[in-house]
Amino acid sequence: MRHVFSVRVGPAGFRVGSDWRAPVAALEALYAGYPKAGIADFTVRLEAARPWRRWIRPSVTIAGDYMLPDAVPLALRHGLLAAEMGMNLQMALGARRWLLLHAASLERDGRALILTGASGSGKSTLAALLGDRGWRLMGDEFALIDLANGVLHPFPRPVSLKNAAIALFDAARLGPLLAATPKGDIRHLRPNADAIARMAEPAAPALILFPRFGHAAAERPVAPSEVFVRLTQASTNYVALGEAGFDALTRLVTTLPARAIDYPDADSAVALVERLWAAA
Amino acid sequence: MSAALLVRALRDPASVTGLSADAWAGLIAAARAEQLAGTLAERLHGLPLPDAAARIMADARFAAGEGRRAALWEAEAARRALAGLGVPVILLKGTAYAAAGLDAAQGRTIGDLDILVPRAATGRVEAALLAAGWEWMKPDPYDDAYYRRWMHELPPLIHHARDRMIDVHHTILPPTARPVPDADALVAGARPIGEGLHMLSGEDMVIHAAAHLIADGDLSGGLRNLWDIDRLVRAFDDDAFWPRLAEHSRLHGLTDAVARALRLAERLYATPVAPALAGRWRASDTLFARRLLARDGWGRPVRPLTRLAFYGRSHWLRMPPALLARHLWTKWRRRG
Repeated sequence: MRHVFSVRVGPAGFRVGSDWRAPVAALEALYAGYPKAGIADFTVRLEAARPWRRWIRPSVTIAGDYMLPDAVPLALRHGLLAAEMGMNLQMALGARRWLLLHAASLERDGRALILTGASGSGKSTLAALLGDRGWRLMGDEFALIDLANGVLHPFPRPVSLKNAAIALFDAARLGPLLAATPKGDIRHLRPNADAIARMAEPAAPALILFPRFGHAAAERPVAPSEVFVRLTQASTNYVALGEAGFDALTRLVTTLPARAIDYPDADSAVALVERLWAAA
Repeated sequence: MSAALLVRALRDPASVTGLSADAWAGLIAAARAEQLAGTLAERLHGLPLPDAAARIMADARFAAGEGRRAALWEAEAARRALAGLGVPVILLKGTAYAAAGLDAAQGRTIGDLDILVPRAATGRVEAALLAAGWEWMKPDPYDDAYYRRWMHELPPLIHHARDRMIDVHHTILPPTARPVPDADALVAGARPIGEGLHMLSGEDMVIHAAAHLIADGDLSGGLRNLWDIDRLVRAFDDDAFWPRLAEHSRLHGLTDAVARALRLAERLYATPVAPALAGRWRASDTLFARRLLARDGWGRPVRPLTRLAFYGRSHWLRMPPALLARHLWTKWRRRG
């Protein structure tokens, strides 16, 4: 394709081809310091829906190795978001080496914390905050659980911050403002140098938290049966992995403590996480 | 053009030695787009590959293995649902290859469950499937009526819990197509493969694959279908096979389609074919080869005019002109 971007994030390599220069330029800036893919695991294409749509009302169709039949094109000014969605889609639909959980993950002392919950639960924001307060950010989008030995692989993509969360972070580390996308206002936060440098270093999972933003601080234990069901819903490839997925998830659920936490603001969330981590 | 690279790698696995990272990326993208990633991975298994390529190929083999398991389980579910009817259930395409342990199933992706039953039994089969949890997918009365009147299969059914589709065929080409395969002979020649399930005879399997590739459809996924033909021919290739293939091709009115499929398989995959049956390469074969190879190193479809021509041809093959006109008119009025 006309413009090409190559990147490796943790164990996965991506090749992004684009009909326009702008999305590739944005990727190059956001992923400065990341290694290149070599032989990419996944191909993403950012294409004009029709040849003339490269210039006239340009809109980006997300395509690649794995596609959704009814994906809605994005405006070219949201091309960076299209690239990120394209990479997520490849992982969600195509990955078979790991059990994928829609979750953020962090590491301390060689052990990993998994934060999972519905969109809007604040897990990305919480993970980004913890990543600057003594934790290593392993990822905010997907936690990759190794099928063979259960370790968690880092996937430290830039963190997708939405709306009010954007103001919590130093603008020097943020990508361009993508205003009024279908998901609201978005800016991507570059993980710090430690997170990028150690992207090949896995960690053993130690604690699962289900955070929920917007409520008075509270916590409760979550029964293994509930954890299992919630994680099957949080996984994009659980069904496709068959028995291997079941085994990996069962190991996770039967060996890790799990807590649901509610929090009204960032500081109380961090305090809750620290207290539960010390007890885990 | 990476479809050509893919064909070369399937035909001669050792040819991947020394590929650049870019060429690998193109090979993998083309293989995925052509639904041949698992097949490629099986072909390359055991060869020394760059680490990243080896990991990607291992994933593809794993995915194909899980797909095969799910497909066989789906066949078992259908067998249970239909066991009481006393109707022979003949597995078709990928599920049949997998159930019969044929080479064609190695790494193959398997989508829907395709079965063939005697036409007189389709009503009972449909009722039994509906009772066992399958549901209609085509709520549109025009589509439903179109299938029932003009197609070689019932409207597709989908299982409400497993979300898997079943296509119940009563023959292998739409009744509107010019060749009229002898469906009774297909059923009569079927072989048991255990557990009350059947598959077509070897020659009918090749003919079905050729009919699907050449006499029906627009050649989408054609490289995969042609690979099936290559593997099937190699599995059945002996002195008795070729005369039977010739005789059954005539019986089903598909001599030309089978001959063209054999010529293309020989050209692309070096398939061993009987020259008397395949005949000589024709100018029009070049067009088919052009269409089969219309995929670039980003997995993109290319050669839009060739594709469009074959798309038009697929409708022409399926429908006499008056029916085609009525169909297009109906579909056009329903657009939006």
